[in-house]
Parts: sequence; structure tokens; C-alpha cells
Amino acid sequence: MSNNTATAVPASIVKTSITLGIFALLAALLLGIVNLSTAEKIQEQQLAAERRALGEVLPSSFHDNDLLSKPLPLSPLTSSTPLANNYAAIELLELSVERQAYIALMGNTFSGAILPVEAHDAYSGDINLLVAILADGTVSGVRVLAHRETPGLGDKIDIQVSNWILGFDGKSLANPSLPQWKVIKDGGEFDQLVGATITPRAVINAVQRALQFFQLNRSTLESSKN
Amino acid sequence: MTQSSQSVKEITLQGLWGNNAALVQLLGLCPLLAVSNSVVNALGLGLATILVLLGSNGMVSLCRHYLTPAIRLPVFVLIIATFTTCAELLLRAFAIELYQALGIFIPLIVTNCTILGRAESFASKHSLLPSLLDGLMTGLGFALVLFVLGLLRELLGTGLIFANMDRLLPFAGNWTLEVFSNYTPFLLAILPPGAFFFMGCLIALKNILDKHFALPEVESETPATGSQRVRVTG
Repeated sequence: MSNNTATAVPASIVKTSITLGIFALLAALLLGIVNLSTAEKIQEQQLAAERRALGEVLPSSFHDNDLLSKPLPLSPLTSSTPLANNYAAIELLELSVERQAYIALMGNTFSGAILPVEAHDAYSGDINLLVAILADGTVSGVRVLAHRETPGLGDKIDIQVSNWILGFDGKSLANPSLPQWKVIKDGGEFDQLVGATITPRAVINAVQRALQFFQLNRSTLESSKN
Repeated sequence: MTQSSQSVKEITLQGLWGNNAALVQLLGLCPLLAVSNSVVNALGLGLATILVLLGSNGMVSLCRHYLTPAIRLPVFVLIIATFTTCAELLLRAFAIELYQALGIFIPLIVTNCTILGRAESFASKHSLLPSLLDGLMTGLGFALVLFVLGLLRELLGTGLIFANMDRLLPFAGNWTLEVFSNYTPFLLAILPPGAFFFMGCLIALKNILDKHFALPEVESETPATGSQRVRVTG
């Protein structure tokens, strides 16, 4: 062995590897401890954040069930691929990935639904929206989940920036009538945003599409509560 | 020893001002410029960076006798990544909205050169307490620049300051101050180019201040050179 120096591993490499290994183990141990002690709290927080977001569009006065307990998956199928799909005209929602709808119950009767909807005709990138619709077909709330509109102009659709999005509360397909689902500039009923017309047009259109989807699928949504 | 020559005062001054990570070393600019669009984001990232710097400096200092040159850098990176992940988990557990707002920039603390720089140039050569102090002061210096940038950009970009502070401090929900009412936002301030612009202004301001305060010091503390210079020019 002593002559075989070419294949013998120098002691320094062994020592170095062991040191590095010990550090890796210590790091893993520390991470494991922190992860274990925060995992429960993180999950709690995550659910609370989701609940808060849903509660903003559908206040608890309209439902008494846990909205997160039974989400309905909505697949991004279009009418050109009429596969197993329970919903009529799901292309109205323009979903690019599978997202969830939530059913609201009040004393075990259907009181509304929260639908995801996307707008691909905005100024910059896609807009992800959450639209809550009550059983009678009126909008209870709309929120923008994600957007990339110009800060200072198009980003007024975000509740953090302005109250514009609250203008949909209480609206329905009958109020205003369908041709009025436009910005004032286009002869409609909704405020435009100064310096940004394309963004509100896209959002108004998306909310209107969500309402149509709700109208077409009301009974499907209602029966899915079980 | 170098430890004794670097007094507490010196480490503090170097970290906060003289060798400020953001203004002088120009390190960690990517997260600095990206999240300084509001006070709450700036403070959140600043605190997370301080936490990671404290942890990594302390740990590196404790391990410095066991590290051979070959594994020095891998171990530094391992330590920094560990503390960054801890900071990320803690943020998710206690300030999830802030975590969502800061997004990718929390994991990116790993790549903040300030932290590796302090581990390499200070903590690996000094004992625990000076290293912790250096981490704290460097982090505070970085967080201070973040805070000032965030304040300026939020004020000029939205007309408000301290909006959404409850994301970081649950009791601070009503801290929002409307400085200008009916304010037309100065768009540049919240857009990325504005970050560079305001950062440049801050660096210039620091240089002006340094120049302004350095002159009387030279005259009072070293009268010999001062008088000599007067003689030469006179």
C-alpha cells in the first residue's frame, strides 16, 4: 500500500471532504428544524391568505360554508376540444391553466360562485381575475389576481392602487344591459381610466364573460355543491 | 492582530457609511433596485438581509479555523443559502403578504454579493463578536439605503408613504400618510429606470456630504498638511 502512492487518496482530500460533509449535514439539520417548526404555521397562513382573498370578493354575509373546502377544478379546454368537460362554453373564461372555482352555500342552499377568468386582450400580458357572482346573477366583487399593466396608468384596476374595480359590485347582465358593458368612451356605463382604455376594456369584457358563463352553467354549479 | 485595531466605532462607521454596501461598494444592486418601490417592501428585504448577514457572519466566524482554502467558498455559500432559506420560511410563516410581494427577491438574497463579501473579507478573519457587529452594521447600512430609496420612490410615485405597512407589522395598518392629495403620480419613480435615477442621486449626495465634511476635518486634525498646502498655493 505504501508504494502505491498514485492511487492512494491524499489525506487532505479525505479531511476536506469530511469537513464539507459535516457542514452540509449541519446545514440540513438546521433547515430541517426550521422547516418542521414553521410548516404548520405556513400552511395556516397560506389558507388564511386564500380565504382573505376570497372573502374580499364574497363577504361572509353571503355564505356560511368554507369556500376552500370543495374547490371545483376548471380545465382550460376550448370548444374545439370537447372532451370530458362538465361545463358549457368554458372557453368564455379563457383559462390558460387549470384553475379553481368556489361554490358558496348559505344554509346548504346555493348562494353564489367565485369564478376565475382571464383576459388576454389587455395592454401588456394577461390579466387574471376572480369574479364572485351571487345566485341571482349579480356581481358581488371582482379582484385582479395578477396583471402586468403599466404602473400609474393601467394598474388602477388593482384594488391596491384605486377603487375602480369596485364599480362592478352589484352589476349583472341585465344591469347594465349587454351593449352597455363598455367604457363610457365606447358608449357604455363603466368609467375609463385616464391614459388607459385598453386595460378597462379587457377587464369589463372579462367580467361580462364570467357572468355569461355563470348564466349558462348555473344549474351545473348549483348541483356541484354535493 | 487586526481584531484589536478595528474598534467598535470603526466597524460601525464603515458598515453604515464609509464602506456602505449599497452606496460605496455598489453590491446587491439587483434586489435593492427591484424592491425599493415602496417603504414596506424595502424594509422587508432590508430586515431579511440583516438577518442573513448576522447569521452567516456569525457562523463563518465560528467555523473559520476549520475551513481549508479548498472548501472555503462552498461552505460560505452553504451557510448563506441555509440562512436565506430560514429567512424565507420565517417570512412565509409570519408575514405571508410581504413574502408574496417580495417574491423571488427573498431567495435571491443568496446571490447578494454583500453577504459573501463580508463572509470572505471580514468574518473569516475575525472572532465572533466583531463579525456579528460587522454583519449588523453592514446590513443596517444596506437596509438604510433601501429605506430611503423606498421612501423617495413611494412618495414621488404614489403621493403616499408607509402604505400597506401591516404586511410587515400587523399593528401598522393605519400608518399610511397621504402627503400630497390629488397627486398625479410621477411614473418614473416607481418604474425600474427611476430606481437607477434615485440611486444615482443618493450616491451623488453621499459624495457631496463626504466632501463637505472632509474639508474642515483635514484642516482641524492635520494642521501641518493644511498649512503646508496653504503655503504652496499661496
